[in-house]
Amino acid sequence: MSAQAPVLETAGIRPVRRSGFLGRTAVRVAVIAITAIWSLPTVGLLISSFRSNAAVRSSGWWDAILHPFESAQWTVNNYLSVLNADGLAGSFVNSLVVTIPSVVIPITMAAFAAYAFAWMRFRGRSILFAIVVGMLVVPLQMSLVPILRLYLEIDLTGTFLGTWLAHTGFGLPLATYLLYNYISQLPGDLFESAAIDGASHFQIFRRIVVPLSVPALASFAIFQFLWIWNDLLIALVYLGTNAEVAVLPARLNELVGTKGEAWHLLTAGAFVTMVVPLVVFLALQRYFVRGIVTGSVKG
Amino acid sequence: MTAISPVARRIPTSIGNLASPAALLGAAALFWVAFEFLRDQAGLARLFATVYDLVGLDASAEALLQYGLDPVQGKLILAVLAIAIGIGGVWLLFVGMNGAVDLLGLRVRERIRPYIFIGPAVVMLSIFLVFPAAATVYASLTDGGGWVENYGRTFEDPEFWIAIRNNVLWLVLGTGGSVVIGLAVAALTDRIKREALAKTFIFLPLAISMVGAAVIWRFMYAWRPPGETQIGVVNAAITGLGNEAIPFIQTPTLNTFALIVIMIWLQTGFAMVVLSAALKGVSAEVLEAARMDGANELQLFFRVVVPMISGTLLTVATTISIAILKVFDIVYVMTGGKFESEVIANRMFTEMFVFRDFGQASSLAVILFVAVIPLMVLNIRNLRRQGIGA
Repeated sequence: MSAQAPVLETAGIRPVRRSGFLGRTAVRVAVIAITAIWSLPTVGLLISSFRSNAAVRSSGWWDAILHPFESAQWTVNNYLSVLNADGLAGSFVNSLVVTIPSVVIPITMAAFAAYAFAWMRFRGRSILFAIVVGMLVVPLQMSLVPILRLYLEIDLTGTFLGTWLAHTGFGLPLATYLLYNYISQLPGDLFESAAIDGASHFQIFRRIVVPLSVPALASFAIFQFLWIWNDLLIALVYLGTNAEVAVLPARLNELVGTKGEAWHLLTAGAFVTMVVPLVVFLALQRYFVRGIVTGSVKG
Repeated sequence: MTAISPVARRIPTSIGNLASPAALLGAAALFWVAFEFLRDQAGLARLFATVYDLVGLDASAEALLQYGLDPVQGKLILAVLAIAIGIGGVWLLFVGMNGAVDLLGLRVRERIRPYIFIGPAVVMLSIFLVFPAAATVYASLTDGGGWVENYGRTFEDPEFWIAIRNNVLWLVLGTGGSVVIGLAVAALTDRIKREALAKTFIFLPLAISMVGAAVIWRFMYAWRPPGETQIGVVNAAITGLGNEAIPFIQTPTLNTFALIVIMIWLQTGFAMVVLSAALKGVSAEVLEAARMDGANELQLFFRVVVPMISGTLLTVATTISIAILKVFDIVYVMTGGKFESEVIANRMFTEMFVFRDFGQASSLAVILFVAVIPLMVLNIRNLRRQGIGA
């Protein structure tokens, strides 16, 4: 990947700016305006989630910014209410249960497959690889009905296992493709000398390939994590809205249906669903950007 | 790579020979536990009851079966087990299979090993994508009254044509909006000091789920009857300017535009990041040369920079287009496809889940697939030309 994205590294060579003070100010004003517009919806959500029901109903959230010290309007009860009464705390755990294996399983399988496709010789290699890459084209909608029928038959609907397997299957083409691109670029000499020293393929994979592939593994992991944590479609089709298994997006969608005008609760609920992806994103932004720049082909 | 010293192969001792079948058995046991007991909390309670039973705690087992697990405790145990199985199970599977192959004869094992490495991925892909895709095409042709009826009824349905019209609107405005704004922001932030900070704000919505975004924007578009205080930003601005508040969600066609704005808000950060990286790849010498020739900054941008990053522009546009063609969550949560805001993916979900008409749902999936193919081919081919990819 580092070979594919040298663009990130040349950031130091900036062309000379000829524009004067006026031009620079105009650019700055434009950037500030755009960032303000882009942040406005989220800021409104965050502020409203900490305001009481009465306050949210009687005035716009921008009023709260104008009168920040009217302490009567502020509250954390919205959060307590959605977490307990509306069951978002349970859904939060469900989301973790669904997401973590759904990230780890496909990455592990894809890494093994990518190594074999890149560095092992066997019959059917190119045709199998073509099938894997070809599956990038297939939207997951194509699988919804047959897999649902299969799951109904073997009683896998509404189970975590069924959801892990579905996310694994749907995540594999992109994972294998991206990891292949990375692993096939690793220096072959390294493997050859390890093999001469008596290392098996499995040892080479575990001791050399995996450690060297950490950047690629990390960026795909973040991708897949955000995608699964935020997924609604698969969660609705295979896992359902039963409170025992429902994940956060499914639960939040239910809230929209049942409490469409209770904005103090909806805003708090939405923020509960957003907090983990936002933290992950802000903490690992660099990996995320690298992953996006190098492989923007989610199927 | 195939010339691996046979000496190393003999190193696995008797323990090693036992370890691999043990790992395989372990993996099988873990998946069995997952299949049998991790369906829900009642299943988990059964698992614990079985364990208690085995160690002779009959009374505890009884109680568990009767009252179930404490919900919070059950959840947390489930979470830990799930993670252990997810991570441990798949590793054990590979370790076990690899070790099992080592027990075979020297010549056979190196021929089989590659299939062990690709096996799980290929099997999962076949089960979840290859066969289902074929089955969906087949179902769209044979389910119910056959293909004439499935596709015929799809094409007769006025909602379908509304969905097609809306998908085209989404495609043109959503993709166009995201790419144009993304490019503008990338070009502008390229010229300021706090570039990374400014970009973070534009980029942030990318981490937000479409359901979350739908809630955020329902609040933005919130509508109150005339005379009441408008608490949504958009309608507050409209009434502030002396106009009448608009119920965005319920107003046909306008609602589609309102939904597209959400997608642009989500996707612009993606376009910006990729295009920004491409902009930084434009060499300073080329820019200097163009300036020497007397090009002003605007000419420079549109005549020199944009053509140089056209490959990346195409990648970004096709990637966003594919995401937009499959857009489901936003429409599902915001309008449910009502008020003429239908799109194909939501139509399909409705046919599948509300009407249970699998034939219709399958034909809609195939139509979506056919629409995605050219974009995806364009995308992959373009990535290859840029030297990214196989």
